[in-house]
Amino acid sequence: MSETAVTPLLELRSISKSFPGVKALDDVSFALYPGEVHMLLGENGAGKSSLMKVLCGAYQADAGEFFHKGEKVEITSTADAQQLGIAVIFQEFSLVPYLDIAQNIFLGREPKGRIPGTIDRRKILADAKRLLDTIGFDIDPSVVVNTLGVAQQQMVEIAKAISQNARILVMDEPTAALSDRETELLFALIARLKADGVSIVYISHRMAEVFALGDRITVLRDGRRIDGVKPADVTPDQLVRMMVGRNVDMTYPRNFADKPGEVLLEVKGLTAPSGISDINIEVRRGEIVGLCGLVGSGRTEVARAIFGADPVASGEIVFDGKPISGEPDVASRRGIALIPESRKSEGLALLRSVGDNLVVSALRKLFPSGLFDPRRGQRTADGLIRQLRIATPSARQTVGLLSGGNQQKVVIGKWLAAGAKLFIFDEPTRGIDVGAKSEIFALIDRLVAEGAAALMISSEQVEICHVCDRAYVMREGRVAGHLTRNELTEENIVRLGMHHA
Amino acid sequence: MTDISKEALPLPRSFLSQDAIQLFYRLLAVLLICAVLAVLNDSFLSLGNILNVLRQASLTFFIASGLTLVVLTAGLDLSVGANVALSACIAGTVIHTTGSPVLGILTGLACGGIVGLLNGIMVTALRIPSFIATYGMLWVLNGLTYWYMAGETLHGFPAGFRQIGSGYLFGLPIPVYLLLVFLGIGTLFAQRTIWGQEIYAIGANPVAARLSGIPVARRLLLVYAVSGTMAGLASIIFLSRLNSAEADIGESLTLPAIAAVLIGGTSLFGGVGTVFGTFIGALILTLVLNGMNLLSVSANWQPLVTGIIVILAVWLDMKTRRRAQ
Repeated sequence: MSETAVTPLLELRSISKSFPGVKALDDVSFALYPGEVHMLLGENGAGKSSLMKVLCGAYQADAGEFFHKGEKVEITSTADAQQLGIAVIFQEFSLVPYLDIAQNIFLGREPKGRIPGTIDRRKILADAKRLLDTIGFDIDPSVVVNTLGVAQQQMVEIAKAISQNARILVMDEPTAALSDRETELLFALIARLKADGVSIVYISHRMAEVFALGDRITVLRDGRRIDGVKPADVTPDQLVRMMVGRNVDMTYPRNFADKPGEVLLEVKGLTAPSGISDINIEVRRGEIVGLCGLVGSGRTEVARAIFGADPVASGEIVFDGKPISGEPDVASRRGIALIPESRKSEGLALLRSVGDNLVVSALRKLFPSGLFDPRRGQRTADGLIRQLRIATPSARQTVGLLSGGNQQKVVIGKWLAAGAKLFIFDEPTRGIDVGAKSEIFALIDRLVAEGAAALMISSEQVEICHVCDRAYVMREGRVAGHLTRNELTEENIVRLGMHHA
Repeated sequence: MTDISKEALPLPRSFLSQDAIQLFYRLLAVLLICAVLAVLNDSFLSLGNILNVLRQASLTFFIASGLTLVVLTAGLDLSVGANVALSACIAGTVIHTTGSPVLGILTGLACGGIVGLLNGIMVTALRIPSFIATYGMLWVLNGLTYWYMAGETLHGFPAGFRQIGSGYLFGLPIPVYLLLVFLGIGTLFAQRTIWGQEIYAIGANPVAARLSGIPVARRLLLVYAVSGTMAGLASIIFLSRLNSAEADIGESLTLPAIAAVLIGGTSLFGGVGTVFGTFIGALILTLVLNGMNLLSVSANWQPLVTGIIVILAVWLDMKTRRRAQ
């Protein structure tokens, strides 16, 4: 092995970190070599975030040693980490929305102007421009940050880190909110940074990325380092086994019906001010219908229009044989469910209990008299917790404390309680670990087998191809094409969804 | 599946719910205040004084109970005091001109309810933040009332009508009975109806509530209308108790009502709190002010003490809630 001769840029030896009742990190060692992309893999709660926080000085390790270029160092604060050239690109960005790109990059370190107390505006813009050029981001540094897209903000974050002489970048699911094209740009930037000798710690839930980008993979489970491997030496299935410690069905459980049932949803010529026009979609009972396309192609807007969350300009939506229009309360009473993309902000009341969240959509169904019976609510919630195998100490637990996969089950559970017939999923597996993913798919499969139907938005084309009976592909607010089960391949989805010049 | 269940964080599971713990502390505070006052002053424990405290607390409670529902939805109704004044003046005029207390009472309730409904329309249809909408409404109502009364005072109402505010039944003041009735109704409404549950859900996350199929706008309209109607009810009791109505009677009512809601443990961020807590809040506020009167502390100190209690109560709530999470 060639790099055994090379001294690691940063090495962590036997790091442990405990919180009351939890051992977040247990004797974890980790070496990062110059110019490599080191993938950090593990289910939610495996210790990735804790390790990342120890690395950047946000947490102090209870035990263990740090070595920087072979020398023993201490990381007890974020300042220590910064001194060593470690920078974290967080999922939630830390940019100031109303300042421009240059101001954000040099925030707190602005070059002084000639008059005391002023800032040398010309220098700050020139410096920023030079910096953006080096990372290959072609944009005017005087653009205000809140007008930028997620991907562009990420680029600014990276530029900011580079300007602070960061040699180690920690990225936490950086592609989670990026479109395919933006992801390509990010990957190109990562390649460029690598060539400059910058090392990257990369946390991801996406198998494809792990193999496309990683030079080395460290797998964590239950706070322990399970193994360190090279992508060439493992298969995705082996990695999944390491992560979950058991065999997981990666083939996406789905029992396709021989013949789809009657039409449940029919959308005719739907046009909405949110940017979709002339949408024609049909969903039958027993089907999972995919809604694909790039981020921003109007998929979420279609879902929201059907559910009544956004106003509709023209067109008709027929559900269960009768036309439907109005606010979400109408749609939900008729039997339509929306499982929104951002479950924390749109799907759940995070500070309320699991039980409260589970019954909130079913109140009218459970208590037709209008009188609420807490014990009956509790029983309903307990039943759903068992049925969906939601991992929670009790229905009284605050829902915000559950893992992503279990939170998603609560959102689905509330619509089960309401007796929904059509489930519209918007990115149902985003931020959910592998084990919970296959459980969610098994659940969707069971729902449609029992006569419900699902419309599923996903950026994970593999998932669409494996799970859906057929799919619509959107492009620029319109349905660009329809793919039957036989035509449903990643290539076809990409081809239909691509922008033409 | 057993692997996944390990993910859930092990948390100290308390026997009592968070609401119950907060309520327990508050009842303890009430007892403590009573004990201290009983030691310091002989007349505190006299029946007359205790009934007086309850009657005072009931006036604050009527306004504060409706307000509690608004605050539970993460809103605020700053117009309640001004609403009381307008409703009292209009109800008083109706009683004077028609001679019918019943008609007057209905008019007062209706006036309060309509004002509340207008607040609700501003908040839902016009999407004006409730703080601003009801602040504007406060001025509008004050303007209307001053113009309508033109400096006059209404006084001298039928004896039967005056019984509502100052009469007794089986040795207890009638407002105390009303207090118990509305405490019961308010608690049942908030805890035991699906509308109440939906109000909590709206306060906890309005976006998620709407996407969960709750008719958010209709519930908000209801909540503001109830808050207004409760102000209308308070106006009747004021009118009956004072036996007079002036344009400025509402000016010292809004802030104590908000204080009672906050002392009672309802969060201004919505989704947390109870109507019973607000009753305790009104009781604590009244007890402290009553005690200061009995101990001959200058009335000038009362706002300062109220402010300190509000800050203290909210701070303690935040601390216990943070510890629970």
